[in-house]
Amino acid sequence: MREVLRVAWLVLRKDIRVESRSREVLYTTTFFATSCVLVFSFAFVRSGRPVEGAESGIVWVALAYAGQLALGRAFERELHHDALRGLLLAPVERGAIFAGKLLGIVLLMALVEVVVVFFVALFFSTPFFAHPFLFVGLLAAGTIGFAGVGALFAAMLARAQSRAVLLPVLLYPITVPVLIAGVNGTLALIQADPNLDLARFWLALILFFDAVFLTLAFWTFEPLMTE
Amino acid sequence: MPSTSPSGSFDFERLTVRGVSRHYGRQRALSRVSLVAGAGEIIGLLGPNGAGKSTLLGVLATLIAPSRGRVLYGDRPARELGAALRRRLGYLSHDLQLYPELTAGENLEFFARLYGDTRPAERVAAALLQAHLTDRAGDRVSGFSRGMRQRLALERSLLHGPRLVLLDEPFTGLDERSVGDFVDRLRGLRAAGCIVLLATHDLDIVDGLLDRAVVLRAGRTVPLGDAGGSLRERYRAAVADDVTARSLRRGTARTPGGSVGGRSELPGDDWRARTPSDA
Repeated sequence: MREVLRVAWLVLRKDIRVESRSREVLYTTTFFATSCVLVFSFAFVRSGRPVEGAESGIVWVALAYAGQLALGRAFERELHHDALRGLLLAPVERGAIFAGKLLGIVLLMALVEVVVVFFVALFFSTPFFAHPFLFVGLLAAGTIGFAGVGALFAAMLARAQSRAVLLPVLLYPITVPVLIAGVNGTLALIQADPNLDLARFWLALILFFDAVFLTLAFWTFEPLMTE
Repeated sequence: MPSTSPSGSFDFERLTVRGVSRHYGRQRALSRVSLVAGAGEIIGLLGPNGAGKSTLLGVLATLIAPSRGRVLYGDRPARELGAALRRRLGYLSHDLQLYPELTAGENLEFFARLYGDTRPAERVAAALLQAHLTDRAGDRVSGFSRGMRQRLALERSLLHGPRLVLLDEPFTGLDERSVGDFVDRLRGLRAAGCIVLLATHDLDIVDGLLDRAVVLRAGRTVPLGDAGGSLRERYRAAVADDVTARSLRRGTARTPGGSVGGRSELPGDDWRARTPSDA
């Protein structure tokens, strides 16, 4: 386990260093997510009053689309100079490489989430942090589930010519339970009369999804990476 | 003989490829390729573009699973060995496997740590010295010439002291001095007991360096005659004989005194043979 964590940290540190110098993925995803929020704010705010509950959907839609962008680029970068093969040749658990890439994507999505939540809260006056632990828990669990499934598919499709088309086709049908649970859980928290039990139920559902799909992803990453 | 130490590290002195085929759908990349290589041997993989050289190197590097046949490291297949085998493999691909956003030193350090070296400074410094890049250690790889990247990538692939060294077009972009250094490096690897397989089109450079050469054409091995002459001449004869033999099998034999039309498969040789229709 210690060795898995060491390798995951190495890969994560490398990805942070690469991204801090290019800032390509961070700028693209943040700009895209902010644009989404801005467009939605025009669509869902009428006469100065936002449509009730729309904020929850806006946050999760912006995150899903920005996350998809990040997923595609994270593995395309590895493919660009055949660096993915260099990683796969290393004498380490390939699951640890997957964990490192996943952590990098989660970190990136977390940064985007900070911006998205800030703008949605600003435009819609939404009390996201009335119950901060549950809200952060929903976001964190949802991000891990979405990124976990997405990282596996992005790695699988890294060598496919039509990966830009195939990634969303595979990703969204499988992650739709996470997105629905995230939307409903967030909605339960931000409504006028928050329903904490309902929010906890949706959080538990996402955690169950995370456990199942992360196990599957770690298990299948090695065979899927052999051509 | 293969060996596994009590600490779990694995080593081997013989590589055996038995009837390996690899298909991509209906496309045949390799067809029943067999070869044996021992410690201290440098073997050249020669052949025209698309002959299957890189696919074979990918199979030997355990990155591509063969559709048929077996590859034995010592007397054990890759699937039994996993990470222990990968520790003994060094692979330089045509695309170099470097991160252009990182510096030369950071690239080497990252891979050294990935291979389990927790204090890689000394090893990284030695590799930079060998690549003549000590004074560029802090520069990003994106600013390097192809030759500098090539030298760095070679040292990256040898950083962990592999037994089996797989090199895909290692001379690309190297100047005369770097080629000389690299040839000396290969001789050093041979003396150290490495098994070196290198795919190349630079026949003049490797002539006299290789212990053996394997010619691939359309995924199949083609016999390379052992008659006198340079490697280039022997390679040319082997490919020409194979073209003729295949044409005969297809019923499109060359005419007496003529030859089959088409582009040469010899590097740097752009002949177009005369065909009856050209006359």
